[in-house]
Amino acid sequence: MSMTITEKILARAAGKDHVKAGELVNANVDMIMCHDVTTPPAISMLKEKGIDKVFDPEKIVVTPDHFQPAKDIKSAELHKRLDSWAKANKLPYYYKLGRAGVCHALLPEQGHIRPGEVIVGGDSHTCTYGAFGAFSTGIGSTDLAAAIATGILWFKVPASMRFTLTGSFSKGVYSKDVILEVIRRIGTDGALYKAMEFVGPALKEMTMEARMTITNMAIEAGGKNGIIGFDETTKAYLDGRLKGKTDYTVFESDADADYVHEDTIDCSALEPMVAFPNLPSNGKPIGECAGEAMDQCYIGSCTNGRIEDLRIAAGIIKGNEVAIRTIVVPATPEIWKQAIDEGLAEIFYDAGCVVSAPTCGACLGGFMGILAEGEKCVSTTNRNFVGRMGHPKSGVYLASPATAAASAVEGKLADPRNYL
Amino acid sequence: MAKAHVYKRDHVNTDEIIPARYLNTDDVAELATHCMEDLDTGFMAKCQPGDVIVCGDDFGCGSSREHAVWAIQGAKIGAVIAHSFARIFYRNCINCGFYPIELHGALDKINDGDELAVDYKAGTIDNKTQGTKIEFTPLPDFALEIVNDGGLLEHIVRKK
Repeated sequence: MSMTITEKILARAAGKDHVKAGELVNANVDMIMCHDVTTPPAISMLKEKGIDKVFDPEKIVVTPDHFQPAKDIKSAELHKRLDSWAKANKLPYYYKLGRAGVCHALLPEQGHIRPGEVIVGGDSHTCTYGAFGAFSTGIGSTDLAAAIATGILWFKVPASMRFTLTGSFSKGVYSKDVILEVIRRIGTDGALYKAMEFVGPALKEMTMEARMTITNMAIEAGGKNGIIGFDETTKAYLDGRLKGKTDYTVFESDADADYVHEDTIDCSALEPMVAFPNLPSNGKPIGECAGEAMDQCYIGSCTNGRIEDLRIAAGIIKGNEVAIRTIVVPATPEIWKQAIDEGLAEIFYDAGCVVSAPTCGACLGGFMGILAEGEKCVSTTNRNFVGRMGHPKSGVYLASPATAAASAVEGKLADPRNYL
Repeated sequence: MAKAHVYKRDHVNTDEIIPARYLNTDDVAELATHCMEDLDTGFMAKCQPGDVIVCGDDFGCGSSREHAVWAIQGAKIGAVIAHSFARIFYRNCINCGFYPIELHGALDKINDGDELAVDYKAGTIDNKTQGTKIEFTPLPDFALEIVNDGGLLEHIVRKK
């Protein structure tokens, strides 16, 4: 019986030889990601039920990120609850302020993501880790509590959709443009309950950072998980990086596995894309929307706040002065340091940008760059729902770091190809 | 009597149900005061305990924040009826013991202000205003078991 990579991973985790889409399984969880918004309530739930032990301290990674450094008294209380729980359970992978970062950038960077594993996290963008050939999905606080206590969760095995990425990237086009195009095609619920598997020769041109941008946004099409198979690029990223368990199992889809939807994206035919408010599926090629005035530019988040993203943005901003408020948020302390060491921070400073500490910050309308009524922000983030970055009557325009940077320079949506 | 609050919208997302600016707390009573705030600032003023929210496709898309379900439960909303639900929100509802009612074509069958009575066991909605009886897709058995136990953790504790 043939299976997709997603089915194979879930079968392995459920101790079965074979599973098929639609089947309910109890799967062993290999890794749990915990942050400051959804974990404190999970801790309280467990306390209430008299459960004070975690199933396996080695399989839990904790990092405050959404409101860190604490933005107000209430978020400081959340951090306090997270901190005392992590310490009481002697969790070995607890990243405190100074080492904490945006979870989905931090966990892969710090070597906690292994191919073939089942990874859950109290955050919808947990699907990011699928870039490593893992099954990874976001859950709420109750599921999180259950996973922390038992290490087991029920899953309905998702049917898979296959997106074949072909062609070569032309200048100024990046993986963000690919995923915005995919979501434009299928809509924000086009992959509801399904696995989004990305295959094809264009992946060879993508670094792990670029691949993570694609799987990160699987949830924006309603997907349960996004997944990309293991290859030499994956191996090179993981070698010498993994913490704790260093061995892993590589799974790949059978050639005759079942897919409920197939599509091909020719990357060489893509233009830089911008998704207009208020849905990630409102993508337009830059040729159709350049010139729209912006008030702010935000470069950061679990989607595009990695070092590669900052390099691309700095390359465009270098030698220019930004025309609008521009906030650059390195996603982790390591990226923050790299940005300084490589001179990127200086380029941003010279251009009039502000570089912040690692945080999810304004991506979700938390703090550090909130929008006023009527304001528009070109952002490298993942969501542009009503009020996402501030006032319900503000607008978020999703784009690649290159498009965001070019737009920062011009103060309006701009084509990055004019700067490359 | 449960009144329907109909929003002829697809993709009503977690940022509208409970904006992230309120995620610095998990106090249910406090979250409830902001329920649906970015979709309709007047929602809590007109909503009575037991009232029903009716929407189109993909209700609850976006974040995994269970705060969205807690805000709705805290506001004492009797039911959410939608053409379809986003995956994590749907799962969170079940885990919190809150029955999400999937009803294709709900927006054609229920008008804003209609008086409704939901019979979960029978899988029907009695639209008293229109004098119609509407059938909905019942929850699968395993999910129903969790809801009937009052949520996932209660379910796990009970099974032990």
